[in-house]
Amino acid sequence: MKNFVLAGLLAGAMALPASAYTIIAPANPGGGWDQTARTMQTVLQEEGISPGTQVQNVPGAGGTIGLAQFAAQNSGKDDALIVGGYVMVGAILTNNSPVSLKDVTPIARLTGEYEAIVVPAASPIQNMGELVEKLKADPGAVSWAGGSAGGTDHIAVGLIAKAAGVDPTKINYIAYSGGGEALAAILGNQVTAGISSLGEFEAQVQAGTLRLLAVSSPERIEGVDAPTLKEAGVDVELQNWRMVAAGPNLSPEQKAKVTADVEKMVKSANWQEQLKTKGWMDTYLAGDEFDKQLEADTAATATVLKDIGLVK
Amino acid sequence: MGAFDLLMNGLVTAADPMLLLYALIGVTLGTAVGVLPGIGPALTVALLLPVTFRMDPAGSLIMFAGIYYGGMYGGSTTSILLNTPGESASIITALEGNKMARKGRGGPALATAAIGSFIAGLIATLLLAFFAPFIVKKALAFGSPEYFALMMLAFVTVSAAFGDSTLRGLTSLFLGLALGCIGIDQLTGQTRLAFGQAELLDGIEVTTLAVAMFALGEALAVAGTRNKAEEKVEAVKGSVWMTRQDWARSWKPWLRGTLIGFPIGAMPAGGAEIGTFLSYSAEKKLSKHPEEFGHGAIEGVAGPEAANNASAAGTLVPLLTLGLPTSATAAIMLAGFMQFGLQPGPLLFATNPGLVWSLIASLLIANFMLLVLNLPLIGLWVRLLTIPKPWLYAGILLFATLGTIGANPSTFELGMLLGFGILGYVMRLFGYPIAPIVVGLILGPLAEIHLRRALSISQGDWTVLFHSYLSIGLLTAAALALIVPVILRARGKGQVLSQLAGDED
Repeated sequence: MKNFVLAGLLAGAMALPASAYTIIAPANPGGGWDQTARTMQTVLQEEGISPGTQVQNVPGAGGTIGLAQFAAQNSGKDDALIVGGYVMVGAILTNNSPVSLKDVTPIARLTGEYEAIVVPAASPIQNMGELVEKLKADPGAVSWAGGSAGGTDHIAVGLIAKAAGVDPTKINYIAYSGGGEALAAILGNQVTAGISSLGEFEAQVQAGTLRLLAVSSPERIEGVDAPTLKEAGVDVELQNWRMVAAGPNLSPEQKAKVTADVEKMVKSANWQEQLKTKGWMDTYLAGDEFDKQLEADTAATATVLKDIGLVK
Repeated sequence: MGAFDLLMNGLVTAADPMLLLYALIGVTLGTAVGVLPGIGPALTVALLLPVTFRMDPAGSLIMFAGIYYGGMYGGSTTSILLNTPGESASIITALEGNKMARKGRGGPALATAAIGSFIAGLIATLLLAFFAPFIVKKALAFGSPEYFALMMLAFVTVSAAFGDSTLRGLTSLFLGLALGCIGIDQLTGQTRLAFGQAELLDGIEVTTLAVAMFALGEALAVAGTRNKAEEKVEAVKGSVWMTRQDWARSWKPWLRGTLIGFPIGAMPAGGAEIGTFLSYSAEKKLSKHPEEFGHGAIEGVAGPEAANNASAAGTLVPLLTLGLPTSATAAIMLAGFMQFGLQPGPLLFATNPGLVWSLIASLLIANFMLLVLNLPLIGLWVRLLTIPKPWLYAGILLFATLGTIGANPSTFELGMLLGFGILGYVMRLFGYPIAPIVVGLILGPLAEIHLRRALSISQGDWTVLFHSYLSIGLLTAAALALIVPVILRARGKGQVLSQLAGDED
């Protein structure tokens, strides 16, 4: 460990021209953002793009605490990055966060995961159609287990209800902290259905303890035996994406430099290999296209959260 | 091949010198980060993940498991000697352990913690090896109504252990409950009592409150009474080792602590600290020396320490059998598994038996190494107490502050630490116990969220709380613990009870 730190410092000192990035993971160690930040660190170091890269965790409140701190401390700096994602878009709105993604410089979307809807194997519900029927008959009777309130999972349930013609304020969404606790509630038959990133459920689906009803991708996912929500008659498409942003007030040159570094990282074989072992999809998107996508997602999320009643 | 043969095979695999070295590195690092407040095992494993990427899976997972167990061991050392709990699971240890240390019995306190942790770790690891699939089924039956009932039992039994004045104990508890309301409401995502402060959005950090109350409050109290006649701290009185009587009073709490801690660790929403609370109140009830509680009762160290280590092993049950991470460290270990392309879950025991069993075997070895590493160090550790008081407390203040900044680099957090430290001092001054406020902050939000989840799932039907035998049993036990003392008091046995209650600080 000591040797490693020493080696890192030495390597950093020798390669002074390349800037040493500090990546903020606005979450606790172990979560998706933390893993994204630490994977970036590994690749940036090993590919020699920025050998002295550090990761710092500033957890809390769907990433908004880390975002606020980051925006305040890194104006005009091109060596600080923050990892974030779709969950942050919702958290900024529900928490009434004074700092939003407009106060930083979004660089690129990096990875994404699709949502999966499951029921326990013992459930009488066999397919998405039956679940939607049940939801239409009595929205309150369908309890959904998923991640934090106002997060991707919650938004997905709101969208499903809306698409099925059910009043989104009537949904019975039970928020759990993190995928693990929600999974336990689903496996223990405590709730009607569960919703989370596909990866969280995959092992259980393979073992036959959970039944996969549908996924939120635009097309069927290879190797996954389930229809898309659209095929199942629910017009919803949703990706839980993760992004990287830099500090506010960057000059165009600074932004170009950071974007180039990130692109170099994403295009490396090392990064692709890391994504494969972690089961993440490469959904790299940068520049104006990403800005447009971000704006569209923010607007759509604001509408859904208002519909659910989480944002006034 | 039976589970026993598989375990033996695992032991042979794990006895490989390289793997033993990884285990040794793991437990040494783990003990070190457990001793330092602020750096937890979770962060350490996260830092090591990229380093271990090029190592073989068995070696790095064994190292992570060593860090995890080591962290649980190390946390007790600062609790006992410095009254500074580094981990929320060792808060209860500080209650009796630090009193023992101040009476010159720091050696036996550290020894009972180390040996108790070893025994608990050993039994719990064996339980994990042989009964994991069975235990996980039972643990999944715990839904929100059952968790709520468990919290009620914890509240009632812990409140009973709050010292001589019920009113003061409850005042402190409710202060803790009020602090627990601060932050984002988990079920609706709305903020409560945060007053626009970003640092308050996620609620008040338990370790910040605990370190402030115990360490800072204490340092201020010592400074405030410096000129008066004060109790003399003797570093070592009698033997550094446990006497025959210490052994006799420790072995039952060790076993009971293990039995309480393990299943609670295995529950997806259990948490190590709840096991330590329940163990502490159980020991206080069952002890032949209840009058010593609050003045350094060895049972109050032995039980909770066994409970927190047993629950560390318990956490691995859902991780290995379901792929469910139930603590931050487990979540990182899961990330470690995934990094090597292993999917923990119902199929892991079937698809990768060699790895699972060598992990379990190396847990046994790590546990043994910890004992070997820690026992000889006790003599060295207790010398900390021979440091002159002003230096020692200045050191504690520095240590506590650094730990808080390390965990959460913000000036607001530091301000909270100081504010709560002053609150802790004032509470000491007026005879209010400080443990209940920390207990309230931990249990309050858990009880609330489970009650509301249960009611949300049942669409507002309160009878859901009594739908399973498990929750009825737990609630009945809680009701009995509440009512029996009242009846006893009414029948004129109040004196016995007030003697039983003892005083805490």
